[in-house]
Amino acid sequence: MEKVLFGDNQFFAVNHLSDEKSRAQSIRFKDDSSIIRVLDQTISLGINTFMCTTHDRIANICDHIRNNPETYKDYKIYPCMPYAHKYANAVTELGIVGTIKQYVPGNIFGTFAKGGLAYLNKDFIKLMELLVDAEMKMFAGISTPVIFIQNVLVDLILGLKMYDVFAAYDSYIRKKYNSEPGYITMNMPALLDALNSVGIENPIICSSINKIGFRMSGGKEIYEKYLNEKEFRPIAMQVLAAGALRPKEAMEYIGQFPKIESVLFGASTKAHIEETKNLIEINLEKRIFYS
Amino acid sequence: MIKGAITGLGKMGLSHAAIVGAHPKVDMVAVCDTSSLVLNAFNKFSKVKTYTDHQKMIDVEKPDFVVIATPTKFHFPMVKYALDNGVHVFCEKPFTLTAEEGKELTDLAVKNSLVNQIGFHNHFIGTFRELKRLLQEDVLGELVHFSGEAYGPVVTKEKGSTWRSNSAEGGGCLYDYASHVINLIQEIIGRPEKIQGTLLKSIYSKGVEDAVFSLLKLKGGVSGTLLVNWSDETYRKMSTSITVQGKNGKIVCDATEIKIYLKKAVPSENLEKGWTIKYITDFAIPVDFYLRGEEYSAQIDYFVDCVEQSRQSEYNSFEQAMYTDSVIEMILEDAKK
Repeated sequence: MEKVLFGDNQFFAVNHLSDEKSRAQSIRFKDDSSIIRVLDQTISLGINTFMCTTHDRIANICDHIRNNPETYKDYKIYPCMPYAHKYANAVTELGIVGTIKQYVPGNIFGTFAKGGLAYLNKDFIKLMELLVDAEMKMFAGISTPVIFIQNVLVDLILGLKMYDVFAAYDSYIRKKYNSEPGYITMNMPALLDALNSVGIENPIICSSINKIGFRMSGGKEIYEKYLNEKEFRPIAMQVLAAGALRPKEAMEYIGQFPKIESVLFGASTKAHIEETKNLIEINLEKRIFYS
Repeated sequence: MIKGAITGLGKMGLSHAAIVGAHPKVDMVAVCDTSSLVLNAFNKFSKVKTYTDHQKMIDVEKPDFVVIATPTKFHFPMVKYALDNGVHVFCEKPFTLTAEEGKELTDLAVKNSLVNQIGFHNHFIGTFRELKRLLQEDVLGELVHFSGEAYGPVVTKEKGSTWRSNSAEGGGCLYDYASHVINLIQEIIGRPEKIQGTLLKSIYSKGVEDAVFSLLKLKGGVSGTLLVNWSDETYRKMSTSITVQGKNGKIVCDATEIKIYLKKAVPSENLEKGWTIKYITDFAIPVDFYLRGEEYSAQIDYFVDCVEQSRQSEYNSFEQAMYTDSVIEMILEDAKK
């Protein structure tokens, strides 16, 4: 994985600190071309990985990438599925079965030619695979070396202790997509234990890691212990703690952990992207001399 | 270990099941739902026992507490059965279909000394707690006006028919979205006593309202507006805010930030004249397990603590939720005028 991963929150009006800012972002990135312009700037700065949710609008970005193979020949996308609000709003309105009917490709009764929902009842893994395929459709022909499940789903499965679902996801992503499975979580230590318990070793885990312990469930100390002692491939996100930290001190904190492979961040302007990228690289590279 | 159980495995129930399941002091012994799809998933992937009958689950498992997250019309009989059998109850909002039913359950919980809490989770968001504290410290001086608002993209097309599209079963924007805002106004600013000028508007739904606009007069005389619309797709998710205006300034508060404007500084609070903006990062309640927001775990942590220490819940008691239901009744009554 590259040291710097570019995220997509800023494009889809996700701002953990301000609803008002998030609305301003949604106005700024109304057109797909405004998103593409920022992605092109990241490429010019040497950032070649875009980690993004499976939002409907990403499908348009994927079309653009496919239509310009020369420009994007080294470009990689790390999809993060599902775009949870799409399902959450649907569940409120349609219920769980209604939502499955709406989002599983084709007619559910056609998908499972014999038995429909009754069949589905017995084969959740097949349902999971169908939903993964539906979410992955938009990335056809694009390099997706790591495929993530979003934290809301990871943490739901984690809390319900349905760890075998992780094992099934893990093997499906490797087998069908020839990619590395990744996990986004707000509960990194508990997740790593759970993954290890079903035989998933050295997993890619993306979690909040920041100096003030923001969204680090269970507290900063246990996170630091895991970062120092356990075997896994951490990606740090929310390193700026939603903006509460200044970039310099934030990245210096990240620089203390030799194990962190990458930092995920998002920004809207070229100057800001360049500044953050440089800070990440300086602090991650410094570690080689210390360790 | 405290024995917990969940009845109702929709969106909120599943979320509660994960939070209860991850709680270090709780052994989640059983779940109950009518959907074979969901129960089969539990049977296949977890060790938790599954039931289709709430009463049977209570009788057999004898849990210390039960979380009830079924459609609103089932709250009354299910909560009552749990309380009659000495089980502490955490119930989803809105509480019951009538304030009268809520009164009966409130009295029963108090009589049996059982912990009773409703899922108005906004009270576990640090910014709203800070707003309440600042108002108690009187930083705004005499209050003159408030506005409680919530917007979101739940119903954005003409279709769909579940219990949520039936007002007699507690569906519609008033019960679902507006109840949160009414409850916030009631506990942070004051209890509404008089309702005027209500507009219930259907935008895409048939049979229920998608938007609620009302004028609320609170105990003590402050008045303000309730503005709620769940058919507004300019919002990515539910967005709730409270604005309060006083003679010394204004506070605008939502789940992510609190913006304070003061005409005169309040040195005791270290608040200067003009704007001060504070963020959730300073107020978030630390949790051991996170799913969808600190507030969802924090409210369960608090409830479990109350159960463990046999003390009554200060936040989101049945009595408070019953009052919210009575305000909903007043709004419905006013809309008929």
